[in-house]
Amino acid sequence: MLLFRASALHTKLRRELWQMRGQTLAIALVIAGGIAVCLLSLVNYSSLTATRTQYYQERQFADVFTSLKRAPRHVLPRVADIPGVTRISGRVEGVAKLEVPGFNDPASARLVSLPPQGQPDVNRVYLRHGRLPHAARNDEVAVIGSFAEAHDLLLGDRLGAIINGRRQSLTVVGIVESPEFIYVIPPGGMLPDYERYGVLWMAREALASAMDMRGAFNSLVLQVDPALPVAGVIDRLDRLLAPYGSTGAYAREEQFSHRFLSDELNQLKTMAVIFPTIFMAVAMFLLNVVITRLISTQRDIIAVLKAFGYSNWQIGWHYSQLVLSIAFIGLLIGTVAGVWLGRALGELYMDYYRFPELLFSISPLWVLLLGLLTLLVALLGGWRAIGSAAALPPAEAMRPEAPASYRVTITERMLSWIRFSQPSRMIVRQLARRPARAAMSVTGIAMATAIVMVGNFQFSSVSLMVHTQFARVQQQDLTVSLTDPVNQSAMYGMTRQPGVRYTEGRRVVAVELVNGHRQWRTALTGIPDDARLQFVVDEHLNRVAIPPAGLLLTDFLAAELGLAAGDPVQVQVLEGHRPVLNLQVSGVTSEFLGVGAYMNLAAMNRALKEGPVINQVLMNLEPGQAETVYRDLRDTPRVMAINIRQAMLDSFFETLAKTFLTYTLVISLLGGVIAFGVIYNTVRISLAERGRDLASLRVLGYSHNEVAHILLGELAILLILGIPLGWAIGHGLASLVVAMMQTELYRVPLIITGRTLALAANVVIVSALASGCITWWRLSKLDLVAVLKTRE
Amino acid sequence: MAKAYYMDKATSCLPVFHTSELTKTYQQGEVEVHALRGVSLDLFSGELVVMLGASGSGKSTLLNILGGLDVPTSGEVKYQDIDLTRAKDRELTRYRRNYVGFVFQFYNLIPSLTARENVIAVTEIARDPMSPEAALELVGLGKRMDHFPAQLSGGEQQRVAIARAIAKRPKVLLCDEPTGALDSATGALVLAALDTANRETGTTTVIITHNASIAQMADRVITLSDGTISGEYRNATRQDPRTLSW
Ligand SMILES: Nc1ncnc2c1ncn2[C@@H]1O[C@H](COP(=O)(O)OP(=O)(O)O)[C@@H](O)[C@H]1O
Ligand SMILES: [Mg+2]
Repeated sequence: MLLFRASALHTKLRRELWQMRGQTLAIALVIAGGIAVCLLSLVNYSSLTATRTQYYQERQFADVFTSLKRAPRHVLPRVADIPGVTRISGRVEGVAKLEVPGFNDPASARLVSLPPQGQPDVNRVYLRHGRLPHAARNDEVAVIGSFAEAHDLLLGDRLGAIINGRRQSLTVVGIVESPEFIYVIPPGGMLPDYERYGVLWMAREALASAMDMRGAFNSLVLQVDPALPVAGVIDRLDRLLAPYGSTGAYAREEQFSHRFLSDELNQLKTMAVIFPTIFMAVAMFLLNVVITRLISTQRDIIAVLKAFGYSNWQIGWHYSQLVLSIAFIGLLIGTVAGVWLGRALGELYMDYYRFPELLFSISPLWVLLLGLLTLLVALLGGWRAIGSAAALPPAEAMRPEAPASYRVTITERMLSWIRFSQPSRMIVRQLARRPARAAMSVTGIAMATAIVMVGNFQFSSVSLMVHTQFARVQQQDLTVSLTDPVNQSAMYGMTRQPGVRYTEGRRVVAVELVNGHRQWRTALTGIPDDARLQFVVDEHLNRVAIPPAGLLLTDFLAAELGLAAGDPVQVQVLEGHRPVLNLQVSGVTSEFLGVGAYMNLAAMNRALKEGPVINQVLMNLEPGQAETVYRDLRDTPRVMAINIRQAMLDSFFETLAKTFLTYTLVISLLGGVIAFGVIYNTVRISLAERGRDLASLRVLGYSHNEVAHILLGELAILLILGIPLGWAIGHGLASLVVAMMQTELYRVPLIITGRTLALAANVVIVSALASGCITWWRLSKLDLVAVLKTRE
Repeated sequence: MAKAYYMDKATSCLPVFHTSELTKTYQQGEVEVHALRGVSLDLFSGELVVMLGASGSGKSTLLNILGGLDVPTSGEVKYQDIDLTRAKDRELTRYRRNYVGFVFQFYNLIPSLTARENVIAVTEIARDPMSPEAALELVGLGKRMDHFPAQLSGGEQQRVAIARAIAKRPKVLLCDEPTGALDSATGALVLAALDTANRETGTTTVIITHNASIAQMADRVITLSDGTISGEYRNATRQDPRTLSW
């Protein structure tokens, strides 16, 4: 068929693409940008989803989790009898303070028991190296990969551990991963800290005897028949285990590691839609402008082709091919870049999420769909111009295009008090002559500004988030968690320890907040009246006074629970006698990291019907005394875990920030591509359209600079209009991004600094300068005679 | 002489074009422009017709209608059995593709294609074309086939346009002021190419011009003024265009 044969029109197409290679590439890069962001998000989304699904399946990941004080193992068959329960594993769990040779900071670990046969029925571990601990050995452990890698632990290395107050020496026999700990986060911490927190697996007998839990279990994980509702099982389980101090069973959706990963996946999905949409819209606009221009210069050629019998359809197809070729180039670059970036980002994710290995997966159907969508978008972009080319009546096209109708613009009249130079007048009239295109160019520049802004505001927002959380709101050097509540007077003993400057006691209990059918497990923290180290702030970072009674909730949590100040809320305490308190929400607080509920310490002690007790101590240290304090605390029996502020900060920038900022950097770069695409095309088309006018001016004696002024002056006006508009759009987009980044773990605040605005403007201006230089150079090559000779 | 005799015989044949009472009215804003006001005309197979007339007299309009680029407002136009009066766009396209070759005042070559490729663009959609090389030889451009339009002079470009038009072996060749943008010496070369093409392929040829001296190369001369035919005569002999000057 003629349409697909290598014909003279194909040659024309090829040569024209080559002639406008700058513009072709600029547009293709914008398309590539959209494709790349979309693909890298899709690749990671589907890779992580597929990896997780397979991992869960292989490792029999639990559907329901519960922990309890202590239950005899003979209760387990009764659990198994609950209808719907398919597999169970009753375990012993504990905590240990660790001593890693050569590492002086306090480290702690969660201990999980393994049954005598090795692998449990539920939450099987993945053995990376070595073997599982021997059932009869009490000194063998398998260590989670994150901790082992952070300390370069090898098989046979020894660790010191304080379990239940007794010091023990443990030998590493295996390095493992678990579906339960894909995202490893220390209790009380909010970010991963692989050096200071790990998970260890021990033989059940060994751990049970260390924890005084022989013949008993304190943690239960189980799988449920997928056909049956999990809620029913949870109900029966809670009733069955209530006498044994159960803190209430919860489903997989509430399991921390699972939940965090799901949040991340949702963000990837949103990313896969929102950014590519912007890119494609800009690409559509650019294609529209470029093709419209091209076709208007080829009116006579179209007429001749039609005169010789080319059909409308053939002409339309010819220009469609041009558009499709540009889209295809973009698609190709974007696919390669997207898959490559996707893999690079996947590697980053693997530092962060503990999977045995990442299955790279991208559904070919999606890629195909994306490809089709891109081509469709490109065709839509060229639609009007191509349609008008196809419909162009040949007899009319033979007649030269009517001279452009310029007008004395309203703006000019409004600004009549300014004495326009003739070149300035030309600038204003040119813009006014094609107001739609000028508006689109301004919008394109605005979009570029906005994208760079969205990519970058996160830098300042994230650092502000961290700065606020750790420097203003969490001023303690150390957070010490105690195994059991102690009288506040015990704290004064700690204050007198060498190296400690100041201490502040808090009470933290696990609770489930219930409002109607909505519920949320979190920590309720009692804060003393005169808190100096850690307090709560409002959205303007001003300190919020803790009301004498009632709860303060993180705004995110309040929204999730549908609560506002003044509403009653049921607080089910998940510890001790498990009282159910009916309290009132007295306000909301803003926090960037984590969520929580806060209350006056004394009021909380009263509500819990306990004395003036605390179970968390915040400390400020004397400079240079940290190691002494760490050592003392490690040897203090009541101390369960220690979080170091500086360590948290460091780990934050190492892990979370790395992924986050890499993504951000890529997006800023892509914003630059858009800016260049828009500006370069705008200027080139302007040059093409007005080459004749400009050459005439040159012939009349205008200098190169004066002529350039006309062209670049137009660009300057577009920039002056586009950049502020971009700031406004960027602000809107940023709030959108902030809204979709609201997760339980962190919420990026919407902070747009002058630096962000300046950076966005600068990226755009640099792109503009680059385009301007190219134009300048082109202008110097303007062949005056040739331009004047041709018929317009 | 032999040619004239042949033409006399041809004129006795059925006309290839037949128009009657053709009118064409353009709506230009408020005013109606009557470009054609009732043109009745027959054109015969193989003859070379020169159409004379002042600028704005409706020559291009008539030619466009004959070539199926446009349709009349009223009246009738037929090419052999094909009624062009009420033809749909698709039928007009087929008509142009199969029967008509055009030459325009401004050459209208595709700048990104070489001379040869410009010809190929037309031959590859034609039913029974001659080879592009042969067509270019015929207009005396055998040595410039791989040059781009920008590398050719105006006269050479116009000869490429003629090669493009005749390469498809059209039944009719319609030329709208083919020498309008050329000086007289170059114009004569171009007209000679048209003359050769007409003699060697027997294509019915219509040449539009506002230049009366060109009329001497025609079998028949038709004068248009203000949208109507104001005169018509037959030359006893066709003069070789190389001897014309203006
Ligand atoms: N598309 C059009 N719209 C309006 N007026 C037209 C159009 N085409 C031709 N005309 C008018 O019709 C008249 C005849 O035009 P044309 O056939 O081009 O004359 P010629 O070729 O003899 O110079 C002129 O007055 C011209 O302005
Ligand atoms: Mg004319």
